[in-house]
Amino acid sequence: MITGALRETGRLFALAAEVSRAVFRRPFQFREFTEQFWFVASVTILPAALVSIPFGAVIALQVGSLTQQLGAQSFTGGASILAVVQQASPLIVALLIAGAGGSAICADLGSRTIREELDAMEVMGVSPVQRLVVPRVLAAMGVAVLLNGLVSVVGILGGYFFNVVMQGGTPGAYLSSFSALAQLPDLYVSELKALVFGFIAGIVAAYRGLNPRGGPKGVGDAVNQSVVITFLLLFFVNMVMTAVYLQIVPPKGG
Amino acid sequence: MGIEVVVEGLTKSFGKQNIWRDVSLTLPAGEVSVMLGPSGTGKTVFLKSLIGLLKPEKGRVLINGVDMVNSPEKDIYETRKLFGLMFQDGALFGSLSLFDNIAFPLREHTRKKESEIRRIVMERIEVVGLLGAEGKLPGEISGGMRKRAGLARALVLDPQIILCDEPDSGLDPVRTAYLSQLLIDLNAQIDATMLIVTHNLDIAATVPDNMGMLFRRELVTFGPREVLLTSEEPVVSQFLGGRREGPIGMSEEKDAATLAAEADRATPAAPRVIVPQLEPSPGLPPRRAVARRRERVMGMIETLPPAARSAIRETYARDAAAATVTAPVAGSGA
Repeated sequence: MITGALRETGRLFALAAEVSRAVFRRPFQFREFTEQFWFVASVTILPAALVSIPFGAVIALQVGSLTQQLGAQSFTGGASILAVVQQASPLIVALLIAGAGGSAICADLGSRTIREELDAMEVMGVSPVQRLVVPRVLAAMGVAVLLNGLVSVVGILGGYFFNVVMQGGTPGAYLSSFSALAQLPDLYVSELKALVFGFIAGIVAAYRGLNPRGGPKGVGDAVNQSVVITFLLLFFVNMVMTAVYLQIVPPKGG
Repeated sequence: MGIEVVVEGLTKSFGKQNIWRDVSLTLPAGEVSVMLGPSGTGKTVFLKSLIGLLKPEKGRVLINGVDMVNSPEKDIYETRKLFGLMFQDGALFGSLSLFDNIAFPLREHTRKKESEIRRIVMERIEVVGLLGAEGKLPGEISGGMRKRAGLARALVLDPQIILCDEPDSGLDPVRTAYLSQLLIDLNAQIDATMLIVTHNLDIAATVPDNMGMLFRRELVTFGPREVLLTSEEPVVSQFLGGRREGPIGMSEEKDAATLAAEADRATPAAPRVIVPQLEPSPGLPPRRAVARRRERVMGMIETLPPAARSAIRETYARDAAAATVTAPVAGSGA
């Protein structure tokens, strides 16, 4: 049981290493990359925007109500924006990349595996990792980074709207507290998180897709597991990255 | 000329379940070999091990000095370009048309111009009789057509070793006969080493130069076709006769009691006749493997069982007698 789990983990890391190496191997599959990029983007943009508005609003309302009790309403903007940029946005992106993009990648690779298409590819001397997995992982990473920008902007706008219109905050206080507390590294770490989450989502989806167990039902199970495993990993990695970031980057307000 | 494939002491298990152990054989360069075996004896696993898709725990598969089991991945990928493998159900890429499927290896491994690729692909499509279907997706054609498309794709790089996984399954007897002829014609044209895995008796009787059989996790025998065709080994004669009496049961093997009961009411098996091997279609060059095989077999003839010995001498004597007469092309089953 334990050795089984360890073996799976090891093979997941081995795939990650193999993908990292194969990224630099020529010829780069540009066409496959573009198609996958477009596909992942098209299934994630709209849901991401729709999720980020209420998410930004919830944070704004919650933080607003808290700061009001403490008598620090003027800092609502800065606090909620930091929460959106650093935490909410990369996580929303990751959940959508894993849930919408990763599941599709896993199902696609899984069905190809059980139809022996990947075996056929290997027999023809073409590495499926280089040919299929690398473009997908890169597409997931690229879309994650760009989507993260979109979600941050939409989330901030949603927070602004709810703070100013619903809670009676002033636009000036919202924006000035933003520039007082936020700094560029906040954005950098947010994008870095999105990049890492995109990588994890792509790798896990590909790993489960390449190793489905027993026929079509196995593919369904693999898709399910890939989403669950990705979520578990994401929240853990997010915790580690946040802790490290807070340690090494001095807060602007302090 | 094809390449010799040397298999030494190959053993493969999945978890605790042993598939076969200590399989050693040599596929002579340029000759056609058939691996027989009841369903579920690991014939496909054997094929996939030859090409390095599955890794046996023990043993070696040597091709041009590269061990397909233990060599570095890079060498294995390089060596695979010598192979053409026809999968059981074609294993075509579902998102590509038949044309693109067959052109795939050319586009990956050669720098040929698109017009050149088109010429080669259409040639192969014609050989397997799929003209007119090249624009269709694999999901839109029948299983038999998918198989033939898979064969065309395996042939497109002029492989030196061709492996066919049950070329007959899902084909009607007429198409199977055509396919047998196609395989022999191919061998005459490109002189590639071929291994056909099957349980079809017609193919087994008419196509190969050499035959082997897998049963009970072991290679029962491997050698010139006459050895297996004249073999008195119960497994072999039961299989070739397609009878219920013998060691092969519904679930792989029978117990001793059932076997003893059978022995009491056994009817003697009809004597098997060795049907002549297929000849290349008229107009094609003779198979160069024939002369090489003759030399090889005559060199080892003293080591073969007596029945096989006389069968081989008979075959070659008949060949010599019929040298001037056109040999019959299509053979019926054993």
